[in-house]
Amino acid sequence: MYNFTFHRPTTVRQAAGLLARNPEGKLLAGGHSLLPVMKQRLAQPSALVDLSQVEGMTGVELKGRSVVIGAMTRHADVAKSDVLKEVLPGLASVPGSIGDPQVRNRGTIGGSIANNDPNADYPAACLGLGATIITNKRRIAADDFFTGMFSTALEDGEIIVKVSFPIAKKAAYEKFKHPASGFALVGVFVSKRGPDIRVAVTGAGSNGVFRVKSFEEALKKRFSPKSIEGITVPASGMNSDIHATPEYRAHLVGVLAKRALTKATA
Amino acid sequence: MTANGIGAPVRRKEDFRFITGQGQYTDDVTRPGETRAVFVRSPHAHARIKKIDVAAAKKMPGVIDVLTGAQLAADKVGNLICGWMIHSKDGSPMKMAPHPALAAATVNHVGDAVAVVIAETTAQGKDAAEKVVVDYEVLPAVVDPAKAQGKGAPQIHPDVPDNTIYQWHLGDQKAVEAAFKAAKHVTKLDIINNRLVPNAMEPRAALADYDAGNDSLTLWNTSQNPHVARLVISAFVGIAPEHKLRVIAPDVGGGFGSKIFIYPEEVVCLWAARKVKRPVKWTSERSEAFLTDAHGRDHVTHAELALDANGKITALRAKTIANLGAYMSTFSSSVPTYLYATLLSGQYDIPQIYCEVDAVYTNTVPVDAYRGAGRPEATFVVERLVEVAARQLGLDPTDFRKRNFIKSFPHQTPVIMAYDAGDYNASLKKAMELADVKNFGKRKRESARHGKVRGIGYSTYIEACGIAPSQAVGSLGAGVGLWESAEVRVNPTGSVEVLTGTHAHGQGHETTFAQLVSERLGIPFESVSIVHGDTDKVQFGMGTYGSRSGAVGMSAIVKALDKIEAKAKKVAGFMMEASENDIEFKDGKFTVKGTDKSVGFGDVALNAYIAHKFTGAELEPGLKETSFYDPTNFTFPAGCHICEVEIDQETGKTEIANWVAVDDFGTVINPMIVEGQVHGGIAQGVGQALLEGAVYDANGQLVTGSLMDYTMPRAHDLPSFHVGLTETKSPSNPLGIKGCGEAGAIAAPAAVINAITDALGTEDIAMPATANAVWTAMQKHPPKAA
Ligand SMILES: Cc1cc2nc3c(=O)[nH]c(=O)nc-3n(C[C@H](O)[C@H](O)[C@H](O)COP(=O)(O)OP(=O)(O)OC[C@H]3O[C@@H](n4cnc5c(N)ncnc54)[C@H](O)[C@@H]3O)c2cc1C
Repeated sequence: MYNFTFHRPTTVRQAAGLLARNPEGKLLAGGHSLLPVMKQRLAQPSALVDLSQVEGMTGVELKGRSVVIGAMTRHADVAKSDVLKEVLPGLASVPGSIGDPQVRNRGTIGGSIANNDPNADYPAACLGLGATIITNKRRIAADDFFTGMFSTALEDGEIIVKVSFPIAKKAAYEKFKHPASGFALVGVFVSKRGPDIRVAVTGAGSNGVFRVKSFEEALKKRFSPKSIEGITVPASGMNSDIHATPEYRAHLVGVLAKRALTKATA
Repeated sequence: MTANGIGAPVRRKEDFRFITGQGQYTDDVTRPGETRAVFVRSPHAHARIKKIDVAAAKKMPGVIDVLTGAQLAADKVGNLICGWMIHSKDGSPMKMAPHPALAAATVNHVGDAVAVVIAETTAQGKDAAEKVVVDYEVLPAVVDPAKAQGKGAPQIHPDVPDNTIYQWHLGDQKAVEAAFKAAKHVTKLDIINNRLVPNAMEPRAALADYDAGNDSLTLWNTSQNPHVARLVISAFVGIAPEHKLRVIAPDVGGGFGSKIFIYPEEVVCLWAARKVKRPVKWTSERSEAFLTDAHGRDHVTHAELALDANGKITALRAKTIANLGAYMSTFSSSVPTYLYATLLSGQYDIPQIYCEVDAVYTNTVPVDAYRGAGRPEATFVVERLVEVAARQLGLDPTDFRKRNFIKSFPHQTPVIMAYDAGDYNASLKKAMELADVKNFGKRKRESARHGKVRGIGYSTYIEACGIAPSQAVGSLGAGVGLWESAEVRVNPTGSVEVLTGTHAHGQGHETTFAQLVSERLGIPFESVSIVHGDTDKVQFGMGTYGSRSGAVGMSAIVKALDKIEAKAKKVAGFMMEASENDIEFKDGKFTVKGTDKSVGFGDVALNAYIAHKFTGAELEPGLKETSFYDPTNFTFPAGCHICEVEIDQETGKTEIANWVAVDDFGTVINPMIVEGQVHGGIAQGVGQALLEGAVYDANGQLVTGSLMDYTMPRAHDLPSFHVGLTETKSPSNPLGIKGCGEAGAIAAPAAVINAITDALGTEDIAMPATANAVWTAMQKHPPKAA
């Protein structure tokens, strides 16, 4: 790890100010993506702006027809939330599949989304539910937020404050774990909220999380695993590495989508 | 059996210290004025070093010195060596290329060290290491053993044409050819035994301390065999004479073979400590471990089995290319030869066997012994061939095995080994009962109802442990003897210290060895402590690997205890005014035959030291005995593992539905510890079969360079194991022990792959059988429903 200065603001404004003054600085949330790359000397931020003491950035709250989750809410706390388990169990099941207890007790939803790892779980949930990412500057629809591998619509110095998830009547997540890392080799989030049907896939695409329009179209008639039988997802555009071929990933998208649909409609 | 004696499942003594965080590992040891070593490592698999500029690095804060390979050579520090000579078919000796601890001319694998920074802290050392400028001329690399000998392959070491270290063979080639000509059926297989990264929990570490006053060095080191380390470092590397070098291997957190070897880092720490006149410590990081710990396996094999009209095996032949990596590690040459081809008879009566092995250099991390070392590779060849042959002949794989089992002992195989005891039918039968093989069909149909295919696989393995006697291994090329030593020191108060030349790094010697002593001397288990891992305390020993500590190490203790008893009888004789020949020893009591006169062990110990009952002319005071024990043969643990798998047809994911292991380890000292060894071994074997595999890209970069890409087995990958034992005693050591440390890792891979191929109905699947690999195989060969 290289040297850096460490700051611990208590308000979002202060945090934003610190970032403005430290253009080479980085926000620190749970540190479970950032610190490993710093330890490997692959990242060299001049300053860390720790969000852990910033007021109003944690908690899971029911707000009308949405659930709002503070950006600094740890994966374990999201998984434990009774409100969430009741109104949106499909989302509540996502953080429980992340990493191990240590990771879940430190990692945050805001950090996960900002990082947009192509194998991360939350991006699928955000896109699969049509969430809104609320920053200190604006509201960004999930459809516009995830712009590619490790890249998002966030501007320099922009801070995710919370994420708002509309309550879908039917929603579920299915994940096929990467054998070594435990991230999603492929993960599929499906949801139905009135006419809004979404199938979002993480892990598989070489451009990060994406929606499967062909499945969504087919599901409009009936939101059921039967509706997508026989529809295949093309292997082109899928990730290829030592753990999975593009063909296998494309195949898993279909298998997991069906399983998620079965769960969502059970 | 006493409560804590032989055969009792005594809880491990050492666990209190480990579980409460009070273990003392090398990195926990600190010396005043300690510095840290940070290595500058090659990012290239193969390159010429044109220039190294350390000027900027030397000026960095906290830097004490920056040392290079050129300085190491100038100081005449010797190369690392491989200590087992193998001769090629043509009689020529193996071609061992120089292995300097710091490369000076060329680097031969990613991670090869070219310089070392000695700094006040690791962080400062890392900052400085980045400032070392190495000018490389990158050369083409070869990583695949099957391509290393080809015309187009780059030559790695100047004096090793075709990158071929040796072309060795064993067996009667003509007789085998004749048997194949006469065969009714021939089964052929191409097998890749995947390359593995050991990943012991504790990474390697070294701390070197130079005592200028005495011109002596002390090395704390994560070693499985500190005496061998001292011998090699003094006799070959020439760092210090043996009596001026103390090697201490304190608590060591797992080795699996990878900590047998003498590595560049410990040599460099010793050399640097003398240069900078301060203690130098290095602790490997996990990513460094991936690039520097010796890897395991990595064989490419074509194997064939010849059968007659009655389904009897008449011959086996195999041609293997073994990847030894960029340099020959300490025992690397023996693994694909005498630890491999000698086991190709398995549990079967095979009249003729012929095996050819080419060992090659590649631009990869050196490869050496890893849990099982050669025997997992042999077992995989034999057990896959046998299973496939049975399927091709339409025979039940267990009937086929029974038909070919060795049934009488001793049995001389055509590949050196003389099996001395065993009952292969017994372990197969017991395993089949435990696995409820009868109802497998029912379970298969049930799986099919859930969209899953089920398979069952057998592995009736054999291994050779307690590698010995010394004369025999010497005739096969070993540079050392493979006996073991023990010293039993009885204190005046009757408590006992046992000094052993074996080394525990997870095996529980402090418990099992104490069980033996407690039972033999009739003293409380708590009164015995086991001392190991320090060349200043233990005179000499060969360390722990190859499941040798029970069979060889405990036998040495038995011999020393015999001498203790003999001497104690003399002392007791003087105490009770009786002839030593009239003294009987039982349950910790010395009794004059036919009388009720007796004295306890503690009293005798005290009298041995106060020496009031005898003169110095009659008897030497004290009670301490030593034994160097050399066994009469290898031991031959064997058994049967049965694996049942269930495969998800949609995803290709394999679940292990059931695992039965019935092993014959001879005498078992502590069944709980033995079961733990079996569990761990199976986990590593399942890891090899389903999950693990080191992958290099064509440029020689290790793609699986971290635990995010290299899949270690986890608890959720494994079922609850059903473990049973059968027992035939080893006739070649006094306790009848065979050894249990490697059996699981040896047996498991074949059992898993036999089960998967049974489920899929195709033999076309390589290790690791990942979900993707199984799915791809199913696309090519759709499995039939139950
Ligand atoms: C062993 C291990 C296993 C894991 N397994 C999984 C898994 O299975 N699935 C999965 O999805 N993830 C997994 N992760 C990643 C984990 O979920 C991380 O916690 C997460 O990706 C990042 O969240 P964090 O709070 O730790 O962020 P940090 O590491 O602190 O930050 C990550 C990045 O986001 C930025 N950032 C943080 N907060 C904000 C904010 N509020 N606004 C704007 N930018 C911000 C930071 O500056 C940094 O660039 C794993 C991690 C580890 C170490």
